[in-house]
Order: sequence, then structure tokens, then C-alpha cells
Amino acid sequence: MTGMDTTTTFADRASKRAPPRSARRVVGLSDRAVVWLFIAPTMLLLLAINIFPLIWAIRLSFTGFMANLPRPLGFVGIANYVDILTDEDLWTNFQVTAHFVFWTIALQVLIGLALALLINQKFRGHSFWTTVILLPMMLSPAVVGNFWTLLLQPQIGPFNYFIGFFTGAPASSFTMIGSVKLAPWTIVMVNTWMWTPYVMLICLAGLRSIPEFIYEAAEVDRASPWRQFWSITLPMVTPFLMLAVLFQAIQSFEMFDLVNLLTSGGPGSTTELVSITLKRAAFEKWETGYASALAVILFVTVFGAANIYVRVLNKVKQQ
Amino acid sequence: MLKSFSIAGIVTAGFVAAAPISAQAEGKTLTMCWAAWDPANALVELDKDFTKQTGIAMKYEFVPWTSYADHFINLLNSRSAECDLIIGDSQWIGGAAENKWYVKLNDFFDKNHISMESFLPATVVGYAEWPKNTPNYWGLPAMADAVGWTYRKDWFAKPDLRAEFKAKYKRELEPPKTWDELLEVSKFFSGKLIDGKKVYGSYIFTERGSEGITMGVTNAMYNYGFEYMDPKKPYHMDGFVNSPGAAKGMDVYKALFDCCQPPGLTNAYMQEGLDAFKSGEVAMQMNWYAFFPGLAKDPKVGGDKIGFFKNPAGPTGQFTQLGGQGLSVVAASKDIEDSLAYVKWFAQPAVQQKWTDLGGASASKAVLESDAYKKSAPYAPSFVDSMAMVKDFWAEPLYVPLLLDMQNRVHDYVVANKGTSQQALDALVKDWKRVFTQEGKDPS
Amino acid sequence: MSGARLHRPFSEPSPLLRWLAALVVVTYAIVSILPIVWIGMTAFKSQSDAIAYPPKLLFTPTLEGFVDLFTVQTRQPHDFIAKLPPPANWYEKLARSHDMVIVGRSRVVERFVNSIIIGFGSTILATLLGTLAAYGFSRFKVPLADDLMFFILSTRMMPPIAVAVPIYMMYRYLGLYDTRTGMILLYTAVNVSLAVWLLKGFIDEIPREYEEAALIDGYTRLQAFRKVVLPQAVTGIAATAIFCLIFSWNEYAFDLLLSSSEAQTMPPFIPFIIGEGGQNWPAVAAGTTLFLAPIFVFTIALRKHLLRGITFGAVRK
Repeated sequence: MTGMDTTTTFADRASKRAPPRSARRVVGLSDRAVVWLFIAPTMLLLLAINIFPLIWAIRLSFTGFMANLPRPLGFVGIANYVDILTDEDLWTNFQVTAHFVFWTIALQVLIGLALALLINQKFRGHSFWTTVILLPMMLSPAVVGNFWTLLLQPQIGPFNYFIGFFTGAPASSFTMIGSVKLAPWTIVMVNTWMWTPYVMLICLAGLRSIPEFIYEAAEVDRASPWRQFWSITLPMVTPFLMLAVLFQAIQSFEMFDLVNLLTSGGPGSTTELVSITLKRAAFEKWETGYASALAVILFVTVFGAANIYVRVLNKVKQQ
Repeated sequence: MLKSFSIAGIVTAGFVAAAPISAQAEGKTLTMCWAAWDPANALVELDKDFTKQTGIAMKYEFVPWTSYADHFINLLNSRSAECDLIIGDSQWIGGAAENKWYVKLNDFFDKNHISMESFLPATVVGYAEWPKNTPNYWGLPAMADAVGWTYRKDWFAKPDLRAEFKAKYKRELEPPKTWDELLEVSKFFSGKLIDGKKVYGSYIFTERGSEGITMGVTNAMYNYGFEYMDPKKPYHMDGFVNSPGAAKGMDVYKALFDCCQPPGLTNAYMQEGLDAFKSGEVAMQMNWYAFFPGLAKDPKVGGDKIGFFKNPAGPTGQFTQLGGQGLSVVAASKDIEDSLAYVKWFAQPAVQQKWTDLGGASASKAVLESDAYKKSAPYAPSFVDSMAMVKDFWAEPLYVPLLLDMQNRVHDYVVANKGTSQQALDALVKDWKRVFTQEGKDPS
Repeated sequence: MSGARLHRPFSEPSPLLRWLAALVVVTYAIVSILPIVWIGMTAFKSQSDAIAYPPKLLFTPTLEGFVDLFTVQTRQPHDFIAKLPPPANWYEKLARSHDMVIVGRSRVVERFVNSIIIGFGSTILATLLGTLAAYGFSRFKVPLADDLMFFILSTRMMPPIAVAVPIYMMYRYLGLYDTRTGMILLYTAVNVSLAVWLLKGFIDEIPREYEEAALIDGYTRLQAFRKVVLPQAVTGIAATAIFCLIFSWNEYAFDLLLSSSEAQTMPPFIPFIIGEGGQNWPAVAAGTTLFLAPIFVFTIALRKHLLRGITFGAVRK
């Protein structure tokens, strides 16, 4: 409580005083020391647990090291990278990942934006229902993903019955996880279920940031609601949407837990995302060198794409 | 060689860490590591005698099959002294021997007159020897196991079905003796309405993540001419792994999957099979013998309703996939002497007999080849036969990559219809060559 | 932030439009929450009801799933059970009613305790480090501040599986593998980037004048930080802490790869709750329900701050 009191008194005094001087002499530690004292621990931790391992991974990626065999590193040059970049099967996994990333984002954006627009109509009880919609994204993907295998069981799971109820198809006539055709869409569906609320929330923020006078002006100009949507709402929401896409793209590209527990990559390799391949290479086959090379490639891809994207985003924002 | 999913009969909710069973004379305790399943319960029961006789208490670390290999290989690799004794998978023996995770037992066997002659030859090769077929022993055969089949005896005995089958195939409806017959019988049952329920022909392993589909498909491939390598030239695989016969074997497995697997079981291993069989969904089921004592006693499908047969023959022979584990002493243990004393105690004929009686599966010739055993249970005769026709997967130090490569190739073809069996096996040879090169062996 | 100006669209939506919007949103909400409701229902089903064919909507609730979750049981023949002394309590009775005998406690409590220790430990550490660093970046001219901030953000972009390989080796070497300390440090490192970004936003909003006044009154920088800035930032710190907690609470991949028993938390544990014939779904659902419950509470508590948290503060409400 004293803290609050001092604050108010200082606030009062501050408001009465002349503009604060920026250069000042203070008792105790110098500002410089304080800065380093405050920032250094975070930086050190990040260096130790992010940068150092990354550098180590780069080094390992040029070796044939296997963490479960007691033997020296054995430098192999760029052999791992050549292996990876010429491996057709791995290329398939990248395609699977691309399919997954593209469709989850497309669906999330579409549904998320639509929901945000509807919620923005501010019907009675809209904030309660918004909270309800947000729930899936707050839960543990691994724990929930595991449970989806029960929901999607053709005979004992409710999902097929639910679909059957609306389409008339017998419940055990199709299998969402087991079929080569449906499985890639199943992971898209579950991921969309989980993360659409995220996109929706960001869109909602975008919608609420639009100053109302713009619409007023449009009304005066007798622009139709349709035109208002295309020329005001959408452009104003776009930067927000792009931010959502960035975060979701990184997230889906790195997706491991949900899909691994849902399909473990099958049937065949139809849902084997790159991160699942990486986990197998690194922690089951223990091909540490090869896995490190794959990890480096993934990291460069994410980091490079994100950088380019952020630049585009900034340009859009400026407009 | 059971690694993944499962558990008949026990353990709900994860890892079991049982407390020391009885008073600790001299405060000595040994920790035994194994998988959490039915036979482990039998072992706890059996070990009470050991504690009584020696005063050494036993502690247990039983881990679900899903984490069994990962968990213990990690411990062994980090030289952890958590386990004194381990019942490790047959596949680990190469790595365990080359990395000295286990204590070599030759001198100990000699000194204590424990002869490997007294165990089934396949189990000695599978659970004790590295390099294979040389007298270098790293474990004592502890739990004999192999793939076998169960069938619904009551369905096979239905007069109308028998008549229909005879009219169609000009022979009696009997448990299949060859893979062709297996396919025919499976097709015959698939889609039939029995007791008001639509049933399917046969359940086979299709699990992708660990070892399931490999442990299934090999049962067909061995019998159509698949070999791991040239018997005359170690690690030479071209024309053996991907021989036309091997490809044919894979085709037969796929045909069985396509026609007769219950819907949704595209990533299924031991327990899904047990479920499918127990719920009356399938006429025949592939599974490990370790589960058969439980099935034989099952209130719903056991007793008169269940029959057992060994893996059917193919054009080039009759083999079956080996399972099971050996008992080894962990080199990092702080009490190797007492651990060896345990092995010595466990190897005694009387203990081996009691082990089987309690629900374990001794690999001792004296136990398995006795008439009493063959009469003891309906699956016993076919189990004894099966143990004489087993083959095992690679037990190389790098068996995991070998296994995962095969998992992917087989699942891609059998379940996901990718390419042809020949292409899948050609690709597999390529994968395996890469692994052997990494291991420093010459696969050319 | 300050203004509670209402942005009411110039033209109010028509009642019909509103009604339609409500219908669609409510339908979506209900459908999307069904899987979670099903988890809750399954937690109170018996094993046979959980895998009944066709699935059961109506069932007699039972605590079997919870009993299975907390105990280790073995199946025994009827006559063996009949010979046992009578059950000592209700859960033993419940287990025996379907031929199971309880032989001990399961490890679920240890896992839950791990989740709590690792979750809260890393949250406290990340929030502490994050507050300090955020204050540093917010109030002082840090050389290359933008680059450093971007560096902090970019650490969050690394695929967890990719960095797990070298971290695994490093942890093995340092003896941090499968330890709570190791997991706390790791989660702290992942969370601290979010914490710095979020808290910088919150601290930026606290007027500098307050501290300036305190400094002129003879407070040291540290005293000013403690007595003036911290009390003002309390809401922001609390919101940040909950976000960090939710991350570490839900995290799966790192814990799966970097722990095997001592430091295992709930997410890698729950999917492997195995019963007799495969996954014991009621027990899995019971564990899931207990595990998800705190998140429900947090979500409701966090409503107002959700947006900042999930966008690294890049979007301000």
C-alpha cells in the first residue's frame, strides 16, 4: 500500500514540476550498471539455451555423429545436406507440411475473420460466447490431440456418428485417421479447430481498432455495406490478419505434438510433417548429424521466411 | 521383440514403481527392469522365493511398452545404475554387447554349470548371443515369445458356415495351414453376419510408429523367400531383402489387409488386436503368444470358443516372427555379484518350471518339451512348434533406424497404397545400406 | 488505453442481422466445445461405456476413471478376489467390482507435482527476468536495442524439435537431463522472450515522470524501480505470468525429449495411461479433465489480456 501512496504523491509532484531533466545524477548504481544488471541475465540465458545449442547444431550438421554410439564426431562435410536436399521421400514430407500449413491458415483466416465480423455485431451475450470459442486454443495440443483419436474412431467415436447424422452415411463407412485421402484433411481440421479462435481474436482487435468516423463518412457518401466492407473494413483489418498469419504459419510449420499424437504420421507417410521426420531422425534413429542438418534447414527456412514476411508486413502497415 | 503398445491383464496408469517386496536382510536390494505387462506380475510373484532364500529384496521398474525401448536404452546409454537386472528386448543385444551395457556371462555360466544347451536354440541366438551364432553370451533366455494366431473355434464349427465353405472351396473349413488358405478363409468370413453383427476375416498388425507392421509383415515375407542377407556374405542384401519372393510375401500381407482388416485399424498393434478379437469383430487374430494364456481364459471368447494355430506356411517355408526377451546384468550396476546370484537362481530348472506355471514363459527345453506342458494349455503345442521356426529382425547396434526404415516402407505400401511391393523393398535395401555404412559395415 | 470510448458503428446492425450473427456464433461455439464436453463426459464413464459401439450419450456416471488414474491395478480371477480380506475403502470396492485389485498408487501425482513445480518455477523466473529486462529496454538507451529485441523475439521462432537435439546433448553433459532444474531453465528461456515483449509494452505505458520524481527525491534507481514502477506494473506482470504458465503447463515436445521419469510432466504422461485393452479412456479423460481445469480458470481470468499475450504485445487493445 505504501507503494501506491508514494506513487500518487510522486505523481502529484511530478505533474507540478517543470519538465523532467533527462540527464541526472543519481545515488546508488549508475544507470549503465542497472541496464546491464537488468538485461544481462536474460541475454545470458538465451545465449546458453538458444544460441549456443544452435551453433552446436550447425557444427554437428557437418558430422556423422550419432548420440547413442560412443565414437568421435567424424566430419563428413556437407554430405548430410546433400542427403537431405536430394531425398525424394523427405521432399514428400515437405509437401505434406506445405499442404498442412496452407490449408490450416486458409481455413483459419476465413473462419476466424467471419466469426470476428459476426461477433462484432455485438449481440447480447457475445462476450460470453467469445470466451467459449477461445477455449480450444488454451488447451494442451498433445493432451487434446490424443483424445481426438478416440473422437475419430470410426466405430466407437462420436465424430463419425455426428457426420453420419447429418449426411446419412453409415458411421463405420469411412475413417478419418486411417484413410490416405482423409488423413491429411483430418490434421487440417483438428488444427483449425484448435487455432481458429486465435485468428478470430486478432481480427476482433483489428475490427475494434477501426475509428467509427470512417464509417460515418462512408455513410454520408452512401457507400453500400458491401463496399464499406471491401474498402474500409478489410484494408484496416489486413495488418492484423497478416500478423495472425505470421504467428500461425510458424506454429503450423513447426507442428509436432498434435499431429504426432493424432496420426503418428500415417497412414503411410501421408501426414508425416517435417518435424515428425526430424524427431524420428534425432531421437529414435539417433542420426544426430543428419538431424542437426535438417534442423538447421528448418530453422533457416522459418527465420528467412519470417524476415521477408515482416518486411512486407511493415510496408502494408505504412500504407 | 515386443516394443510398442499393449498390456494384457495389468497396470493401469503408467509407470509402476513397486516398493521393495519384503524385509531387507542386510539392506540389500536389487532393481529389476522390464515392461509393464502380465508376465511381469508373474515375475513379482516368482521373486518372492528369491527374497525368502537370500534375504535380498527386489524392487521393480516396469515401463509401458510404448516407452520401454526409449526409456531403458536411454538409461543404459547414460550408464545409469538404476537397473541392476534388466529383461531387455532381443533387438538391443547388439548395442548392449558392443557398448558393454551388459555384463558378459560366459565365465559365469561356465563356473556355475549353466549350459545354453538347456534352452531352446532360437532363444539362445535371439536373447543371448552377440555376434549371432557365436558362443558369446550377454543374457539368459528369460521370456520365450513368438507370433501366433487365434481363431473363433465356435464360428469355424457352425454347420451352415462349414457347408457354405465346402461348397465354395471344395475343402473343410479348418484353421489355415498356408497363407493362401489364410487369405481364403479370411475372405470367406469378411462381411458375414454372425450373431447379428458384421464380422471381418482377420486382424493383422499395422502399427506405424514403433515396430508393429514389421512384426506382422515378416510373418508372410519369411515364408515367401525373404532373407535379411546373403547367408554366404554378411550384410549383402540385394536379391535377398528385395527378392521377388519377398515382394510376393508383402503383396499377400497387403491383400489380407485390403480384404479383411476391420475398419479403422490402420495403425494398430497388440491391444487393438485383443480388442477386436474379444469384441467378436474378427474370426482370426495375429498376436504374440504372451497374450494367449489370458485369451484362453477370457470370459467372453475364451474356453471352448477359442482355438490357436501357428503361423501358416508359404511356398518357401514356414517361419514365424520371434518375440521375447533375455535376462541380463547391467554393467553399471553397483551390485553385480548379487545380480549374478539372481541369474543363477533364475536358471534353476525348478524355478524355470514355476515361472511358466505362474504365467511367464520359460525358454528352457526341460519345461517346454515336457508332455505335461503340451497338455497344460490349448495353445501350448502350437507354441512349442512356433518356437522351433522363429526368425528375428536385425539385432544390430543400429537396429532402430533399420526398424523405422522398414516401418515406413511397409506402411507406405500396405496401408497407403504407395507404389509396388518391389519398389518398397528396393527402397528399403537402399535405406538399410545407408544405415550399415554408418555403422561401419560393408553392405555392398 | 485510457479512453473507454465506444466505437459504435454509425449504422446499428438490424435486429435480424444481429439475431443471425448470434445464431451462427453460438452454433460454432457449441460445436467447437463438443470435443471438450466429450472429454468431461468420458471421465465419468465406465470403461465399457467409454468404448461402447455406438457411442453412448446417456450413461451411469462412475468414478472408475479417476480411481484407475490414481492407482495401479491387476486383474485377478473371481475366486482369488473372494479370498481377499474385504475392501478397506470405496475405491478398492469399486475396482474389485470389475475384477481388479489395487496394488499401489500410480505415478500420476508425481507427474502433476512436476507440472506444478516446473510450471510455476519457470513462470516465476521468466517473469522476474522479463520484468528486469523489459524495464531496461523501456527506460534506458540500450545500444542496438531494436536488434536485441528482435533477437529475443527470434529465439521463439526456433522449432522446438530442432533445438532439442543439441540441448539434449548439452543437458546430458551437464547432468541436467531429466531434472526439474533443467526443465525450469529451458521453459524460462522459451518464456522469457514473451515476457520481455509483453512487459515492455506494459512498462512503456507507465509515465516516466513518476520515477523521475522519485529519483529527484533521492531514491536510487533500484528503489525507484521497486517502489514506483513495480506497483504500477502489477497487472501487466500478473497477465504475463499467466501466459508463461499456460505455455509451460501445456508444453509437450521438450518434456517428452528431455525427461524420462524424474522430470516428466502431465502432457507426455497422459497419452500413455494404458489399461488392459489399450488406452484406458476414462482414466485418460479423468487425467485430461484434471489437467485442463486450471486452464479454464485462467482463460476466464485472462480474457482482457488475451490478445496482447498471444501476439507478443504486438497488438494492443
